[in-house]
Amino acid sequence: MQLTGAEIVVRCLQEEKVEYVFGYPGGSVLYIYDELFKQDKFKHVLVRHEQAAVHAADAYSRSSNKIGVCLVTSGPGVTNAVTGIATAYMDSIPIVIISGQVPTPYIGQDAFQECDTVGITRPCVKHNFLVKDVKELATTLKKAFYIAKTGRPGPVLVDIPKDVTMHKCDFEYPKSISMRSYNPVVKPHEGQVRKALQLLLGAKRPMIYAGGGVILSDASNQLTKLARTLGFPVTNTLMGLGGYPATDDQFVGMLGMHGTYEANMAMQHCDVLVAIGARFDDRVIGNPEHFGSVLRKIIHIDIDPSSISKRVDVDVPIVGHLPDVLGKLQALLEQSAERPDAKALAVWWKQINTWRARNSLKYKQGKELIMPQYVVEKLYEITGGEAFVTSDVGQHQMWAAQYYKFDKPRRWINSGGLGTMGVGLPYAMGVRFANPKATVACITGEASIQMNIQELSTARQFRLPIKVINLNNRYLGMVRQWQEMFHGNRYSESYVDALPDFVKLAESYGHVGMRIERPADVEPALREAFTTHKNDFVFMDFLTDQTANVYPMIAAGKGLSEMILAEEL
Amino acid sequence: MRHIISILIENEAGALSRVSGLFSARAFNIESLTVAATEDSSLSRMTIVSSGSDGVIEQIIKQLNKLIDVIKVVDLSESAHIERELMLVKVRATGKDREEMKRVADIFRGRIVDVTESTYVIELTGNCSKLDACLAAINPDLVLETVRTGVCGIGRGDRILKV
Repeated sequence: MQLTGAEIVVRCLQEEKVEYVFGYPGGSVLYIYDELFKQDKFKHVLVRHEQAAVHAADAYSRSSNKIGVCLVTSGPGVTNAVTGIATAYMDSIPIVIISGQVPTPYIGQDAFQECDTVGITRPCVKHNFLVKDVKELATTLKKAFYIAKTGRPGPVLVDIPKDVTMHKCDFEYPKSISMRSYNPVVKPHEGQVRKALQLLLGAKRPMIYAGGGVILSDASNQLTKLARTLGFPVTNTLMGLGGYPATDDQFVGMLGMHGTYEANMAMQHCDVLVAIGARFDDRVIGNPEHFGSVLRKIIHIDIDPSSISKRVDVDVPIVGHLPDVLGKLQALLEQSAERPDAKALAVWWKQINTWRARNSLKYKQGKELIMPQYVVEKLYEITGGEAFVTSDVGQHQMWAAQYYKFDKPRRWINSGGLGTMGVGLPYAMGVRFANPKATVACITGEASIQMNIQELSTARQFRLPIKVINLNNRYLGMVRQWQEMFHGNRYSESYVDALPDFVKLAESYGHVGMRIERPADVEPALREAFTTHKNDFVFMDFLTDQTANVYPMIAAGKGLSEMILAEEL
Repeated sequence: MRHIISILIENEAGALSRVSGLFSARAFNIESLTVAATEDSSLSRMTIVSSGSDGVIEQIIKQLNKLIDVIKVVDLSESAHIERELMLVKVRATGKDREEMKRVADIFRGRIVDVTESTYVIELTGNCSKLDACLAAINPDLVLETVRTGVCGIGRGDRILKV
């Protein structure tokens, strides 16, 4: 039987067992929306802005390891989606974006709501397609889902002109796909794995540095097992939090620009470093010359060969799927009679514990002003560490990463690579759709939340019981911190004036609003939100200390051991 | 150092812009780029001349391999290879220069492929330095127009770039 292009799109999504499509209709996708109307196998989530559709699909994927799907119209529908796509691309999140396009005869004619979607999105997708013939539609969608999830994951966009959604052809969804130009390496080179093991066994001051790849490839069990067998210290990047249990003794905290003293010092002074699904980002190792000034052997395990030796030279590169590589390492380790040098390891741990004793995350909670760190700590206690936490971008993001201890993967959802303000609320929506029973908290600030505030409406429509933790310091906090530290206290355009009354705003959408101004009220308010209002969307506006800064801090261009600590100021 | 990178890529719309976009987005140097379909019309063969440290060239090759449409990438300059470029140069050929231009074309084993009363078009193939040398041998005042294709290259002997 022949199907129209629009019917084919819907059938393909059903074949892929898609549960939710996040989107916004418009002229070019009307036929597709018409078919959505006629089916009930998957649900459509109507957002209030296309950017939020992509963020929600992105978080749906981050929190579930399924592919997120969004559907937007041509022209402004796509350009609005671009920030979301770039955000997913930087963090390697598998999503499929279906965009409408003007009819094929109109392409290039400056038609209404036309833009060069494939051209605009090319640098921020793993791959994209323009489908010019309905006969290619099913195969192209199959390829899109395949490419998004395999190898190093990433967003894939399929641009479908309106006439293609009207044309008919026979439908058959391919069971599998093979592409001569795309065959990512999965199995690690055994010789390299053996070499890596020898280095690890010979280490005196070893360090495990694990990033977002561990989360994306679901390798945290293998990582935890290997680290415990070896007894080595583990640090996670911002993207890797939850990949190793944060409450475990071997965990030395997050590293990087706002990492703990012990994590950064251990990273700098180790003699054998194993990087797992991490990419030596500038926010992680600071200045690469400073990092490279110390002699150490580096093992780098990653699915993407281009991540290896990009910023830092490595001694043992291993390309492969992390669970396979770590599983192989574990098997070889268990077969081997050798174990790491216990004496050397004890000395190394003693050194690390001296660094740890500096307690680099300490802060003082007084009686008058609410410290933002305190709110996050209380949130952690009250949710028993079991919440899914999304964040926006800025100081609150760093405090969330520092003070909420993630023991499980896929619980910490934030924009690490692109650093997109405004992701927090749509991320929380996506998380809740993927995990319908989960406790979801969105830690945000008064500036970030306003970048996608319209989604309060979507959250109401779908009755999503998200708890927004707004750390309101009336400043673009991270900008203000940099201006204080590096720009002579000239707070250029970083003060947020004319703020709305967030309580009334939340209430106007039918949500619960709370304003918390005193430290003593923090805990009771959180309790109320997470118990009495368990099933409500609660917007908690915490007025926090305006002068609070994020410490430790490594200034841009400085080295890992050149941290500024709170006590030094 | 100068490298000649050869790429086999799916012959699809936008293939060229994926490659050129990669070079500009990652601030890689590109000296010349040639592209055309191969004997198998589903494939394009691209030759890119670039320069950079070993680390940069390694990244270029890795990033090219990462493009979904790219099937194979080799650095031709790693071993014995042949490189050729085609140049067409239109020169003023009047009076005593007419004879001189003919002589230059012969010396560089070029051919004159178009003649008018006052001009010649000389066709010349070779590696870049040969074309440069030819241009240097002609009085610049006589050069009316030049066009060069950029380098294309192929490995010597058993080295074959094929699917």
